[in-house]
Amino acid sequence: MRNPRVINLLREQLSAGSVVTDTHALTPFETDGLTAIRQKPWVVALPETVKQVRAVLRICRENRVPVVTRGAGTGLSGGARPLADGVLLTLTKMNRILEVIPQARVARVEPGVPNAKITEATAPFGLYYAPDPSSQIACSIGGNVAENSGGVHCLKYGLTLNNVLGMTVQTLEGDELVLGGKTLDAPGYDLIAAMVGSEGMLGVVTEVVVKLLPEPFAKRVLLAAFDDLRRAGDAVAAIIRGGVIPAGLEMMDALAINAAEDYANAGYPRDAAAILLCELDGTEEGVNADVEIVRGILDEAGAAGVSIASEEAERENLWRGRKAAFPAAGRMAPDYYCMDGTIPRRELGDVLTEIAILSERFGLPVANVFHAGDGNLHPLILFDSSKPGELEKAEQFGGEILKLCVARGGTVTGEHGVGVEKLDAMCAQFADAELDQFHRLKAAFDPEGLMNPGKAIPTLARCSELGGMHVRGGALPHAELERF
Amino acid sequence: MPSDGDRSEPLTAAVAAASETGRSLTIVGSGSKSGTPNGSETVSTAGHEGVVDYRPDELVVVARAGSHLNDIESVLADSGQALPFEPPLFGGRGTLGGAVATGLAGPGRPWFGSARDALLGVTIVNGMGQRLSFGGQVLKNVAGYDVSSLMAGAFGTLGLLLDVSLRVRPLPETSLTLARECTPDTAHRLISDLLRKPLPVTATAYCGGVLRIRLSGSHEAASHAAAGLDLDLEVEDDLFFQGVRDHTHPFFSGFHGSTPPSTGGTSTLSHASEAGADSPAEGSGRLWMLSLPLGSVFDEANTLTEWASARIWWRTDADADTVRARARVAGGYAASFPPRLADVAPAVRKYMGRLKAAFDPAGILNTKLLSHAD
Repeated sequence: MRNPRVINLLREQLSAGSVVTDTHALTPFETDGLTAIRQKPWVVALPETVKQVRAVLRICRENRVPVVTRGAGTGLSGGARPLADGVLLTLTKMNRILEVIPQARVARVEPGVPNAKITEATAPFGLYYAPDPSSQIACSIGGNVAENSGGVHCLKYGLTLNNVLGMTVQTLEGDELVLGGKTLDAPGYDLIAAMVGSEGMLGVVTEVVVKLLPEPFAKRVLLAAFDDLRRAGDAVAAIIRGGVIPAGLEMMDALAINAAEDYANAGYPRDAAAILLCELDGTEEGVNADVEIVRGILDEAGAAGVSIASEEAERENLWRGRKAAFPAAGRMAPDYYCMDGTIPRRELGDVLTEIAILSERFGLPVANVFHAGDGNLHPLILFDSSKPGELEKAEQFGGEILKLCVARGGTVTGEHGVGVEKLDAMCAQFADAELDQFHRLKAAFDPEGLMNPGKAIPTLARCSELGGMHVRGGALPHAELERF
Repeated sequence: MPSDGDRSEPLTAAVAAASETGRSLTIVGSGSKSGTPNGSETVSTAGHEGVVDYRPDELVVVARAGSHLNDIESVLADSGQALPFEPPLFGGRGTLGGAVATGLAGPGRPWFGSARDALLGVTIVNGMGQRLSFGGQVLKNVAGYDVSSLMAGAFGTLGLLLDVSLRVRPLPETSLTLARECTPDTAHRLISDLLRKPLPVTATAYCGGVLRIRLSGSHEAASHAAAGLDLDLEVEDDLFFQGVRDHTHPFFSGFHGSTPPSTGGTSTLSHASEAGADSPAEGSGRLWMLSLPLGSVFDEANTLTEWASARIWWRTDADADTVRARARVAGGYAASFPPRLADVAPAVRKYMGRLKAAFDPAGILNTKLLSHAD
């Protein structure tokens, strides 16, 4: 499959050093954030201009070479895993902020711009870009578009989809699609909705217009401790029912609290079964009113203690613990496997309890630290890959958690994407007719199937071989049988 | 409460039957948005109504597409919630499916998002008569392509909507509408200023020489923000923005059948100018919807400017090319009203056509809406 002519063609179009084939130089590209899966690409192309991106796509199409698009490589589902016979189209050199228009509250950027750089560039105007995935210092906006990335502020401010107004997409056939713009609405089908979260399967995004928001006047973070996990879960639903939409509403269980304390010393109560971190933002008066409402709800929900951080330093400290939870988990065990399912909030208490039961059954500890406000779980399964069979056991455990999410009316991925990791889990969430519709949608953009082939949507054959059970909205066949 | 009627089976069967014979179908809800093409067989979602699932603490409602917006809004209001995108109710005749399929949003759009932003899941019948479900009841869901969002604003050309799952928002404790007579220049300056501040603004409108700003939230937040504006503003109730949302404001008269124009608002400010020079005589001109960047300047007579100047309603006799060119120069685009799948660049049209074929290979669902040019 490897036609050496392709390398020469790429070298003709790209600048020196932008076509990488040396086996050592390829090493950093062999994996994304899902490091358990590795594969060296045949060649890495690092274009600097749109014209070069178009050239790479033309060469790939003419020579029938599959192409995997990659941003910063922080994805957590293997969506950017290279192909042994494919081109890895890496957009990190396209990292310019092209335009900031404070008046219209938009910024126009290249796909390789790191998420956090947008806020950095717009902060002087009192504006910021809302979606803030944990990897925001490194992850690129193009990757955010591919994965529809979230973060801790989704409940109030939405995901990437809700914060992107326009984009330019190059298709494999050489068409340039200018979608949306600086306006709120655009004519025609909402192709932006098709592109966002499409994991590089439909086209290559070469420019993004993002929506900016004015920095809120006031922010407060409430820390509530609970003696009981279920009570904390119920408090989450009570806050939402109370008519308040927090900017962030995060939950950590005892294992995660203690790991974070060991690591970051954020001042969390070590004896709590769970804590909630609730961030409220807005005008001074609005936030004061919301703090009173939320405090009342937390007390009523049986919180063992509630403290409020108003000063920036205190708030930062509380968030530091939360943000350190993942590296902290890394110190608890040689390896951890981060899951990413979403469930309706009302199921939080039950699902956390069932995860604890599964944890005992598999003999692997789990730390829970997650976006409670939008029901997005991130159970961290702790294991040791040097012990024979533990990786497989962790993966199996993870699979069970995802099935549980689907059975409770949720989804197998809230924000990390399907990639290669959750192909099997997709069989549980979707029936053949829906998977088939996904495949037809892909073919509309990429009839030759050369864009990131094999990712995101499982083939019908794969699902039928798995004999996977399709469950939807709790309508599990023979729900009385114990399974998960 | 909406009456409970599940017509999923007959609706699916109707599309499946048409699919076999290749007969074209026109999907109708209540027929509240005029301009749907006639001539082909119709399939109506009327009677396919009712709330399937509503849990206020999940901020999600699942309802059948033929449900009347009024019924849905009243169910939500009982729990202190509302549809975020404030779809026009069109005298209560509008359906939920119609609101999603046309993607029309009301005055709060820049702050509350669009129909697509609220849409969490759909059950559709595609052009092959297959019943498919995408998305669900959770906000964060990136499993597979976002087919549900694609349905918003697709005018039923990709599938007949059976059920939709929508995010809802809590109703604010209070909404204040402030009004002030001012020149277009002053209105522009004030709106630009508002856009830079994180104030609880949830609507703006400039029409007939009067700027209106809606503030929503807790009593303290809204009244403090109102006082802080220091703009010699006058407090009104919410009727004005309801009139804009539902197109019952006199500006829209003549475009929505026999709906009687309401006076909208109880301000002591004069409405004379709105009913006069800046509201053209009934039936004159065409109604255009311009989508421009936030804080835009668009200085034309016979306009109603909302969404922090990101949407301009323009009644004009100017020809379509002129209107489109004006919108383009201002950094946006123009669509006639009632909206259609407007003109797009040839490259985009190519992929729209392929998407249509991916969902409806025989081209039986509302296909005329795709080929229609203004």
